[in-house]
Amino acid sequence: MPYTPPRYPTRPPTDPGARHQVVVVGGGMVGLTVALDLAQRGIKPVLLDDDDTVSIGSRAICHAKRSLEILSRLGLGDALLAKGVTWNTGRVFSGEKQVYAFDLQQEPGHEFPAFINLQQYHLEELLVAACEKAGVDLRWKHRVTCITPHPTHTTLAIETPHGPTTLEADWLLAADGARSEIRRRLDLPFVGKTFQDRFLIADVTMKAPFPAERWFWFNPPFHPAGSVLLHRQADNVWRIDFQLGWNADPEEEKRPDNVRPRIAAMLGPNTQFELEWLSVYTFRCRRLEKFRHNRILFLGDAAHQVSPFGARGGNGGVQDADNLAWKLVAHLHGQAPESLLDTYDAERIPAADENILNSTRSTDFITPKNEAAHAYRAAILSLAEHHAFARPLVNSGRLSRPATYATSPLNTPDDAEWPQGSAPGTPAPDAPTDQGWLLRRLPPTFTALTFGPSPKLPPGLAELNLPPTSPAATRYAATEGDVILLRPDHHIAARWHRPTEAAIAAAHRRALCQP
Amino acid sequence: MPTLITTPNLPDPDSVFEALMNAHRDLDPTTSRQLDAKLVLLLANHIGDPDIVKQAIKEALLFL
Repeated sequence: MPYTPPRYPTRPPTDPGARHQVVVVGGGMVGLTVALDLAQRGIKPVLLDDDDTVSIGSRAICHAKRSLEILSRLGLGDALLAKGVTWNTGRVFSGEKQVYAFDLQQEPGHEFPAFINLQQYHLEELLVAACEKAGVDLRWKHRVTCITPHPTHTTLAIETPHGPTTLEADWLLAADGARSEIRRRLDLPFVGKTFQDRFLIADVTMKAPFPAERWFWFNPPFHPAGSVLLHRQADNVWRIDFQLGWNADPEEEKRPDNVRPRIAAMLGPNTQFELEWLSVYTFRCRRLEKFRHNRILFLGDAAHQVSPFGARGGNGGVQDADNLAWKLVAHLHGQAPESLLDTYDAERIPAADENILNSTRSTDFITPKNEAAHAYRAAILSLAEHHAFARPLVNSGRLSRPATYATSPLNTPDDAEWPQGSAPGTPAPDAPTDQGWLLRRLPPTFTALTFGPSPKLPPGLAELNLPPTSPAATRYAATEGDVILLRPDHHIAARWHRPTEAAIAAAHRRALCQP
Repeated sequence: MPTLITTPNLPDPDSVFEALMNAHRDLDPTTSRQLDAKLVLLLANHIGDPDIVKQAIKEALLFL
């Protein structure tokens, strides 16, 4: 059965000119995620989308552990595990031979795997249903045609099937994708690197004998001119990327008559398949100079764009949403000054740069620029077959890792030695506990993880008390009397051995930019 | 930070040069390029210090 996208109802606007606290523009996976996070924290935004359905086509498929943890905090964990394809193993081939395999499965004792693959449209359907339930004001077929920024708000002119309307937003969140209309209307430079290469992306429905693994080929016999990447998605849909080279004609290459022989050569003559979606892409790595522009904040591809090798686009965007939602809500609830929103830039720009760096390096390896680059790549692939040392040099995509806000101004530096465990800025590691997974037990608020007898805590903090001898204590390198302060996005703000109440209160204030 | 050694440090340099020449003797330019690339990668891994490798790259670029 081919996928049939839902059509969401479009209602006539009833509040022309109304002022809203938060308006999100863009109902893709990032816009929906931030809207859901805001709504669950008590700020119900208006979300405008220029279409009335989910994202169709070759979009995000690989959802990393950190994204799954964030989406689980928003209530989607079980649905994603049930519907997605769990995978941990990757294989790299060169020519006819396997060069090596890697296992991304971390240590045991985490609820979520390294990755699940799930079509973006399935994720968006789940997010839309959750947004409706949480009270997000979803307005489909509402296309922003003009924006006027003011010091305290933004005015939006909007086209709808029922005629034009206007809205005002105290805070405008632009999650309107790589071709962001808001970015364009503000005339903000979006600069970086374009790769001189083209890739055919085919989503194919088939019953195939491949395992649920990431397979990457450099110059395989069935496509000697370039690389090929294969991923399994839900519903027996497979994603196949063919590297075509810069001189390929995009229109010709995406004609089904030209795609079928490529796939047949790969799968053999006896595998039946149907084409679900075809597109030809050129990849870019670029970002906005700043993501916050006074009352307008950019998220996801509207703020930064990467090549797909490494699955850093969608996963980066979900982490943007995770980072921004609690800060905006803390400010709107009067718990934090506006300067807390500047730390969205301070934390997410280094994260975007890390994604751009890794994605650029992968794309440079996959698309060698000159004879020397070809020679070094061939040497690495040849050495990697026989020598372990060369395998880390093979770059078929450095897969998304959670951002660590190591240099964040919100962190309180350690005041003592910690042998291991998680430093301030890192996302809270999961662990099994006697009452279920640790991350599932955390409230979406500032929380003190305490070990052993509870210390005196300042007001305004939740507490999760854990035995000082438990897998969780081991994972956090915590012993009796230790306290770990987690932010509402479950990043670690501070950690101590036997802290005073005043020290904890000071770290809490610091993580909210309070004076 | 360790510094790239640019004073004589290699016992029996003639034998090292000879070994390199012998390795390249019968190779076409493409294969020679492969050999050199593999040598660089093997030696870089053996050195095990990205700073030293980057200093060597800088030094090698100086008088091209």
